[in-house]
Amino acid sequence: MTENNAKDGAYNYAYLDEQTKRMIRRAILKAVAVPGYQVPFGGREMPLPYGWGTGGIQVTAAIIGRDDTLKVIDQGADDTTNAVSIRRFFANVAEVATTTRTEEATVIQTRHRVPETPLGEGQILVFQVPIPEPLRMLEPRETETRTLHALSEYGVMQVSLYESIARHGRISKGYNYPVMVNGRYIMSPSPIPKFDNPKLDRSPALQLYGAGREKRIYAVPPYTPVKSLDFDDHPFEIETWQQCCELCGSKDSFLDEMIVDDDGKRLFVCSDTDYCERRRTPAEAAE
Amino acid sequence: MTDLSTLGPGLADPSHDAQQLFRAILDATSHPGRIVSLPAAPAGPGTLSAAATAYLLTLADRDTPVWLAEPFDQPEVGNFLRFHAGALIVTQRAQAAFGVLAATTPSPFNDFDLGTDAYPDRSATLIVDVPGLTGGTMRRWRGPGIDDHTDIAVAGLADMFWHDWAANHGLFPCGVDIVFTAGIELCALPRSIAVEG
Repeated sequence: MTENNAKDGAYNYAYLDEQTKRMIRRAILKAVAVPGYQVPFGGREMPLPYGWGTGGIQVTAAIIGRDDTLKVIDQGADDTTNAVSIRRFFANVAEVATTTRTEEATVIQTRHRVPETPLGEGQILVFQVPIPEPLRMLEPRETETRTLHALSEYGVMQVSLYESIARHGRISKGYNYPVMVNGRYIMSPSPIPKFDNPKLDRSPALQLYGAGREKRIYAVPPYTPVKSLDFDDHPFEIETWQQCCELCGSKDSFLDEMIVDDDGKRLFVCSDTDYCERRRTPAEAAE
Repeated sequence: MTDLSTLGPGLADPSHDAQQLFRAILDATSHPGRIVSLPAAPAGPGTLSAAATAYLLTLADRDTPVWLAEPFDQPEVGNFLRFHAGALIVTQRAQAAFGVLAATTPSPFNDFDLGTDAYPDRSATLIVDVPGLTGGTMRRWRGPGIDDHTDIAVAGLADMFWHDWAANHGLFPCGVDIVFTAGIELCALPRSIAVEG
């Protein structure tokens, strides 16, 4: 990729043409007005394959400006291929500053994690979503799921959670755990671990979700109730670990299990690289 | 014949101005009741406020028919929006994606597209140009985007307007969304918001 594509006029600012940005912007505003409802939009081909964040990129491209500071994470990490590519893409075509520090970012595009550092008012979290329809694995027909949402007829989801309890003794879903937004729409929080679900509830940040292949945008405005589905006798619970992070010693962040040698030696480390690094830095400086 | 020499200028820097204006509009929409200022808003045609003009230049185009209420249904406003936004000006409320209303427009919500239960996103957005975003009767807003509640006193609206709003809110997830504009200021009222008092 050559540098500063936007400056030499090879692309419009932020890659998308103005007409497309307006269409996406209108979809975002309707999504904010109806929290949790999936707004169809005219998804464009992006210079990366479906499944690599085409929906998130289009949302980011429609909102981002030269004053923004962008952070991109993939499974919590700032330094993985997907995150690096998308960050460089926007540095090129949108002339934005980039950062890895959560609290410095105005726009955070994420694949499958919510940062550990609490988000603040004014920040926008853009999720990359592979399958926006939470009922899709239970009902393959779009016409049917659309009707179920229209009627707020969500018995099928409760039954699936009940079957999980009947079979496994607990709700076994560990990621993409369905949520109820503002008491009206069941929503897929994208494949974030259920550990992150509580962070969506009444978050002061704006949450935007973009699904490129399925061409859907949905949103959760700030301070909106987001409840993980459960039963009175099987309340929602998040994952816990016996271990703490091997690098920073955190006991309350989401941990990845790594196999580090051929003998199967295991190591638990924070999934959020920025959070982990920040916790280690003051300790190192003090030495 | 339209005399183009009488048209005022649109956005000075269409791409970046529209982006900045959109972010202000998004900020307002995701924080209902928050009054945002739009310094980049160009002067509007006729009596249309700068903020209402900026909203339309940012979001309206050939895909979004615009309906104009009195006193905005003048050739200079229509020509301005046709020229700068490429928007179609329609005479029926039901055809409009955007409605531009005054505070005193009678039956403000009647006949606009409310969306359907299956596609609530297809409803119209109403831009209501009011005398001011403060100084009216204080009302309490609650709903998504508001941390518990916020008190707003939009000026120039009759009690009947809020009566109609309660009915519109009751249609959720269907219903129109509102943007109040005055001068260079703007404040959003999405259909999800309940208004007390």
